[in-house]
Amino acid sequence: MSDHKQHKLFEPALVSVALKQAFLKLSPKSMFRNPVMFTVEIGTAIMLIVTLYIKLTGSTTQGSFGYNLAVFIILFLTLLFANFAEAIAEARGKAQAESLRKTREETPAKKVFLIGEIFTDEVKVVPSSQLRKGDIFLCEAGDMIPMDGEIIHGLATIDESAITGESAPVIRESGGDKSSVTGGTKVLSDKIKVRVTTDPGESFLDKMIALVEGASRQKTPNEIALTILLASFTLVFTIVCVTLKPFGDYANTPITIAAFVSLFVCLIPTTIGGLLSAIGIAGMDRALRANVITKSGKAVETAGDLDTLLLDKTGTITIGNRKATHFWPANAVGKKEFFEVCTLASLADDTPEGKSIVELAAEKGIKASQLNVEDAVFIQFTAETRSSGVNIEGVRIRKGAYDAIRNIVQKAGHTFPAETEEKVKEISSNGGTPLVVSQNETVLGVIELQDIIKPGIQERFERLRRMGVKTVMVTGDNPLTAKYIAEKAGVDDFIAEAKPEDKMLYIRKEQEGGKLVAMMGDGTNDAPALAQADVGVAMNSGTQAAKEAGNMVDLDNDPTKLIEIVEIGKQLLMTRGTLTTFSIANDVAKYFAIVPALFVTAVPALQGLNIMHLASPESAILSAVIFNAIIIPALIPLALKGVAYKPIGASALLRRNLFIYGLGGVVIPFVGIKLIDLFLTLFM
Amino acid sequence: MNSEITGVIVTFILTLLIAFPLGKYIAKVFQGTPTVTDFMSPLERFIYRFCGIDPQKEMNWKQHMMALLSINLVWLVYAFFVLLFQSHLPLNPDGNPDMTPDLAFNTAISFLVNCNLQHYSGESGLTYLTQLIVITFLQFVSAATGVAAVAVLFRAFAEKTTEKLGNFFVFFIKTITRILLPLSIIMAIILVFNGTPASFDGKDSIVTLQGDSVQVSRGPAAGMIAIKHLGTNGGGWFGANSAHPLENPDYLTNMTEIIAQVILPMALIFAFGFFIRRRKLGYVIFGVMTLGMLTFMIPTLFSEMGGNPALAHMGLKDISAMEGKEVRFGVPASAYWQVMTTIISTGSVNSMHDSSMPLSGAMQMLGMMTNCFYGGKGVGLLNYFIFLIIAVFISGLMVGRTPEFMGRKVEAKEMKIAAIIALFHPFLVLVGTALSSYFAAHHPQIGWAVQPAAWFNNPGHHGFSEMLYEFTSASANNGSGFEGLGDNNIFWNISTGVVMILGRFIPIIGPVAIAGIMAKKKYIPESAGTLQTDTATFGIMTYAVIMIIAALAFFPALTLGPIAEYFQLY
Amino acid sequence: MKKYFLPSIKLTLLLVLLLAVLYPALIAAVAKLAPGGGKGKTVSVNGKVVGYENVGQQFTADKYFQGRPSAVNYNAAGSAGSNKGASNPDYQKTVQERIDTFLAHNPGIPKEDIPAELVTASGSGLDPDLSPAAALVQVKRVAAVRGISEQKLTALVTEHIQGPLMGIAGPSKVNVLKLNIALDTLK
Repeated sequence: MSDHKQHKLFEPALVSVALKQAFLKLSPKSMFRNPVMFTVEIGTAIMLIVTLYIKLTGSTTQGSFGYNLAVFIILFLTLLFANFAEAIAEARGKAQAESLRKTREETPAKKVFLIGEIFTDEVKVVPSSQLRKGDIFLCEAGDMIPMDGEIIHGLATIDESAITGESAPVIRESGGDKSSVTGGTKVLSDKIKVRVTTDPGESFLDKMIALVEGASRQKTPNEIALTILLASFTLVFTIVCVTLKPFGDYANTPITIAAFVSLFVCLIPTTIGGLLSAIGIAGMDRALRANVITKSGKAVETAGDLDTLLLDKTGTITIGNRKATHFWPANAVGKKEFFEVCTLASLADDTPEGKSIVELAAEKGIKASQLNVEDAVFIQFTAETRSSGVNIEGVRIRKGAYDAIRNIVQKAGHTFPAETEEKVKEISSNGGTPLVVSQNETVLGVIELQDIIKPGIQERFERLRRMGVKTVMVTGDNPLTAKYIAEKAGVDDFIAEAKPEDKMLYIRKEQEGGKLVAMMGDGTNDAPALAQADVGVAMNSGTQAAKEAGNMVDLDNDPTKLIEIVEIGKQLLMTRGTLTTFSIANDVAKYFAIVPALFVTAVPALQGLNIMHLASPESAILSAVIFNAIIIPALIPLALKGVAYKPIGASALLRRNLFIYGLGGVVIPFVGIKLIDLFLTLFM
Repeated sequence: MNSEITGVIVTFILTLLIAFPLGKYIAKVFQGTPTVTDFMSPLERFIYRFCGIDPQKEMNWKQHMMALLSINLVWLVYAFFVLLFQSHLPLNPDGNPDMTPDLAFNTAISFLVNCNLQHYSGESGLTYLTQLIVITFLQFVSAATGVAAVAVLFRAFAEKTTEKLGNFFVFFIKTITRILLPLSIIMAIILVFNGTPASFDGKDSIVTLQGDSVQVSRGPAAGMIAIKHLGTNGGGWFGANSAHPLENPDYLTNMTEIIAQVILPMALIFAFGFFIRRRKLGYVIFGVMTLGMLTFMIPTLFSEMGGNPALAHMGLKDISAMEGKEVRFGVPASAYWQVMTTIISTGSVNSMHDSSMPLSGAMQMLGMMTNCFYGGKGVGLLNYFIFLIIAVFISGLMVGRTPEFMGRKVEAKEMKIAAIIALFHPFLVLVGTALSSYFAAHHPQIGWAVQPAAWFNNPGHHGFSEMLYEFTSASANNGSGFEGLGDNNIFWNISTGVVMILGRFIPIIGPVAIAGIMAKKKYIPESAGTLQTDTATFGIMTYAVIMIIAALAFFPALTLGPIAEYFQLY
Repeated sequence: MKKYFLPSIKLTLLLVLLLAVLYPALIAAVAKLAPGGGKGKTVSVNGKVVGYENVGQQFTADKYFQGRPSAVNYNAAGSAGSNKGASNPDYQKTVQERIDTFLAHNPGIPKEDIPAELVTASGSGLDPDLSPAAALVQVKRVAAVRGISEQKLTALVTEHIQGPLMGIAGPSKVNVLKLNIALDTLK
């Protein structure tokens, strides 16, 4: 996670917004969404009426005015605390999103006006808010990019640090998978022509902000199931409290309304009920802090369940791109000649590999500019031929994967030289990538490309394995190379010589086995697989199609981000589970505080049940409701930060959390209530 | 060690030694693999043919429940009318009268639902014919119904993704022919050789040694007493149930009866593990249930063996809690029985629970409030399954995964059913008790056969316990009672009748529905992140969920009953 | 639901026959081989049935060993316990009265020696047994009334003690009816 933008948990500005929201959220209409807290609101209203009744009539049957007022105030605070928790989570999420959005508001845009079929050079400067989807604008060195868009012409270095926090500039260019630019980033060099891809207010960030705000936030399936469970607890304790009235009548034990309401509020799971939506929002917020925009809360939840991750080799497992390291000409071929042919074959190859071949040849003294390429017809790489090259004056130069070139050579009736075949295998088994070069369907030799595995990646995969997540490396390499790298990096499986549809097939196969699969992608041809995957993370630099297809967008374009996303998802679920456990475990102590207090006046023998030796029935009840109220703000930091995930296996994790939050949930309120009672006795 | 304590330990060990192989056997019976009782198959084939049942036809969970409810409805109507007109039917040597409609309603439901709450006394309330064709018959079929229902659970988790969950009638009939009937015959023979009557002769008149003329009730009791325990039914032949010296003549029969009622609930847990090929899960469930049993057993043993402090105040040195207990069993064996019969929903008694110490009374009620430690025939495991699903849900979250059990996701629909079932039992008990408390407090003179003011055999908190116990027992389908309660009147007959029937069928349909829905779901293979449900940690979690949900809801009510009585007495 | 009713009715008929007719008949037939022929084990004195071995009966006279208090006065046509709770004041009064009665009939026995079972009612109201202590505590009274030596009576009681099952499980007990029959034959 990039630390540079971490806000403090309670920033004063956000707190004041949240405080205001906490009051606004008291409206029954918005409380109704949360059944647990809604019942607390009803209880609070009842206490208000009782308190007013005592004040107006001077009745003494329900206890003193001060006591009832105190209960009312504490319950009211309980509501505010719960609302505050939700509001602060919303405020933080919104602030985070806003800070990303702010960068792009109202920057001047150089809009290109289209007349007829041709582009005029007429460029007018307009405010960015006037740009609409489909408009075209220009950006030159020093310009701020006004809107999200796709480069349709040109290449530029761009400073994306405003969004990613990464200071190193990146290159974006038309065509290919790195054609997207984001509003708010800055062009450092060159000039690009960009087509706007979204209308104002509809960017992913806008959607994310709407998601954080209460209005469009939908409960996830898991949240719904948990709400049902919490509602049923609330219902059980409603029955417990209502039936207590006739029980008390039979036992000649009058129970005050304040005692009833306090018992009820303490027993229902207000802690988790009050923090539930904050936890959900905080999950999306944490994703955003990791520079991942999620399109739904469900996606974050699903991430916690992932079984399989599909990772591209390049950029994820290995540093950047493969580089040419050696030229291995066949026996009968001269070195110089081979270097030249290699350079020719790679001149039009804009891939990093292609460029590295030209660079390596340059080191060996071949100047690309000195080669005659006037009549050259460049053949682009396609997934089908899996080779590229050039035709010059009837000479056909091709370079490509071993089997692709072998096909060409053998189809022409020529033999594949044994020593080259030997070399190819040697390179592959060392984890390198062999590129075979042919001229007029005759093998000239082989270029060795080598991968460099990222430091520390093995440990990350090991961590994933302990989390129960299987990693799959996707690579265009041949199986031998793929296997070597897979073993070296410690991934569980690999897809070699992968065509775009292979990812799709693999995802389908895993899903049929009941597994949840995530993948990361950027290209348009990744879009179907991104849509098929349970969690599809598109890189922000990727094409619009990819971004539309996935359910998350990574602003950092960092392929290892998936690992963080899984942990964020798990944290979200764990926070819900542990706080539910804590909340319910608290009931034990609250029972021992309130139940003796309810009956002790009528049945003095029940003093024996007052194991905490609380001072008086009133102080016992007040202590319990005060504890119940302050535990909510006390746990807000945990709800926002999430419970730390440790990949120690499910059973060990359960043991750990059960010990901390289960046993802790039983013990802490005993201590807390006793302390509050001691404190209260100073005043009562 | 004291021979009375040894007796209890030996009893438990013997129970375990019988239950384990029995579990293996039950798994085989439901799998249809060869067993020693295959000689029964011609009888079964005859039954299928006569009744027009196709044993090969597999049912989904809804069809299972339809069949179950249909046949139960037939029995309810049948039992109600036979009881209503029993004096006009043969085999009534003691000339006992017809039942009143409200009592017949209560009794028919009570035995239909395997509860066996008895608002009558066997000696005078039933005829030999109704003891057999209503009571004994229902004791067999209600037990088999519970087992047939839990068999759906077995099937649901034995296969990966399926809708076909076996045939209700096959499970039901095999439970009778392969399990209940053979075991009952063995047990009845043990009983008759130890002095339990089995003949059709009526009451005997004798002149005692001292010269008093008394009558002694008898009858064909042994067969009924066997199934009463094996089927976790609990309804006695005689009024005093298994405290009666003819129903339970000596320590050997006492051991036989208490073992008989526990073996099948226990065996079904092991059978579940064997059937779904996850023995360890079976052992963990067994462990949790045993822990639950001990949670109630240990305080009960201590409180009962501690004696009644009121006797010490009167100057006695021996203060044994012998009120309501029999010398031939002694205090520990009675305390052991009190706990077992309440946790497993048998409800037969060998001592009068109304006279047990307050803390023991609380434990008995908690046994029925949790109602899933071993639990009733089939339904114990079904109840446990509900808590297990809730535990799976919470612990699944705690390890950072959306919850799943046996490779199936637990989602909102299952949670909804589980939550309803979990709160249904407290709802029935508390609302029922609230209703009776209301009448007792506000309308004590209402003109029912027994006025609310006269309901109680004991005043104050103990009187409250009598009501609480009655509804707890009815809803848990247990059938034991704080029998001092004057319950043969329209209020108790109708209210507990309704509670019993709801407390039976809703908690059967709920878990079976969950199992059926989950069986249809896509199977998810396990990974290192999957929560293991067959570990001690998860077991503890389940235990905590049961205790917190099932026990805590009743805490205020228990406080006004046995807990208040406890603090007053000590 | 309708398609299940016909098989259900047929099955019910068949099972009533199997479980409520054939099964009890089988048990009744086997019981003929058991002691008492399945009618309960009776005890006779001089060829006359005086009771059932397992069913307790009332002894009020001081010359007999007396069984436990009974909520049904040993009327074996029915059966019941007192169902009194431990804290019930009425119940405590009843127990106090039983203690007083016992002390009046057993002079010389200190209050703290009274076994609890002699002042508490049994569960069935038909408890046929006493613990050895509860029988022995009555020796002094019976000996005085009958004019038999206490040693001889103590020996008789000891003779009638039935130990735990297999010597390990359960309490020891004395069958009151059998003890009193033996007492009558003791001259």
